[in-house]
Amino acid sequence: MLDLYTPGTSMLHRMSPGPKMAALAIAATALFLQESLLVTALAVVAILALYRVANIPMKTALAQIRPLMWIFVIFFAVQWYFSGLTLAAYVVLRLAALILLASLVTLTTRASDMIDSMTRALRLFKPIGVNPDKVSLAISLALRFIPVLGRIATEVREAQKTRGLERSIIAVAMPLAIRAIKMADDVSDAIESRGYRS
Amino acid sequence: MIDLKNVSLSFGDHPVLHNISLSLSERRIAVIGANGSGKSSFARLLNGLALPTSGTVSVDGFDTKKQGKDVRGRVGFVFQNPDNQIVFPVVEEDLAFGMKNLGLDKATIATRTTEILERYDMQHLREHPAHLLSGGQKQLLAISGVLVMAPAYVVLDEPTTLLDLRNKRRIARVLNALDQTIIHVTHDLDQIADYDRVIVIDEGRVACDATPAKAIPFYQELMA
Repeated sequence: MLDLYTPGTSMLHRMSPGPKMAALAIAATALFLQESLLVTALAVVAILALYRVANIPMKTALAQIRPLMWIFVIFFAVQWYFSGLTLAAYVVLRLAALILLASLVTLTTRASDMIDSMTRALRLFKPIGVNPDKVSLAISLALRFIPVLGRIATEVREAQKTRGLERSIIAVAMPLAIRAIKMADDVSDAIESRGYRS
Repeated sequence: MIDLKNVSLSFGDHPVLHNISLSLSERRIAVIGANGSGKSSFARLLNGLALPTSGTVSVDGFDTKKQGKDVRGRVGFVFQNPDNQIVFPVVEEDLAFGMKNLGLDKATIATRTTEILERYDMQHLREHPAHLLSGGQKQLLAISGVLVMAPAYVVLDEPTTLLDLRNKRRIARVLNALDQTIIHVTHDLDQIADYDRVIVIDEGRVACDATPAKAIPFYQELMA
């Protein structure tokens, strides 16, 4: 979701975010409610077909699950050991299906459109004190600053490496926390200076 | 016009600015001074990010203490590090943020977004993730995010400090071409040689307020 949106004109790109997110929620629930390996495998195939419909290359689809490959391996091994091969394959395929489907939604939906839809949906909860604008801004900021924090973490790690401190959690965590807090202050000022009022 | 009347600013017990009275009406104003001299705090007073401990700051008659929203609609602010100013993950979305806060309609937002992207030759970056832009592109986006709000004044706090020479020159060209009144906090004396006015701040006080021809040598002497 950080930089996933791939511009396009496919049917999935043109669909409004609300129905897409609702479909995601229903499909994810359905995947959890059924326990058939065959149905789960068919679901993965169907989701990959939707990538085709959205004109998103298979390599992009695979890139969505690649970072979790080690988790898949561990899940598969543990499930195989305790519950057998069929259940291990089912669990891993189900997880892959969920990730592929969620990624497909973010690949075909602008973050701002998704946030606008969430804001509209959250208005229903205004009577119980939910501020939709604050929630949507918080989501945007999280999406925006995860890569920035990742870059700062790399800088701090590299700086500490030159001093032989790359294995010290405190030596990495402290400067990272200080820079993150300073950055949060600056971002807050920037938001205020651009006319945002909570 | 931006008016400061007997303005002092303190952070807790620590005084930062002392009894400053100025009227800012020239098109190109530079603020220079040593690190820690108070020039960034001075800049932050101008759009109400910092409020004076005593005295008043007003922009076209609007008091920064009482009419912050009106002031921020008139005074845009560009920070040193664009990474901290870009709020949304995608270029187009970030440009829209300030305009949405002003309550502009979707059509106006789309028109202004297109105009600013075309002006700075960034059309191809419209749907680009902000964190993957180069340093120069990020600063240009940060400036654009302010300009689309159509402020009368733009305050810039060392906007070229983190940039290489090529991008520094590019940003300088962008700033020179702006119609708005510019109040530019900088260490880069070359950039301000043709400005209308230069204010030198030293230890929280206005040490010199003159043309570049007089103020820059004064500052160089002060730093010697």
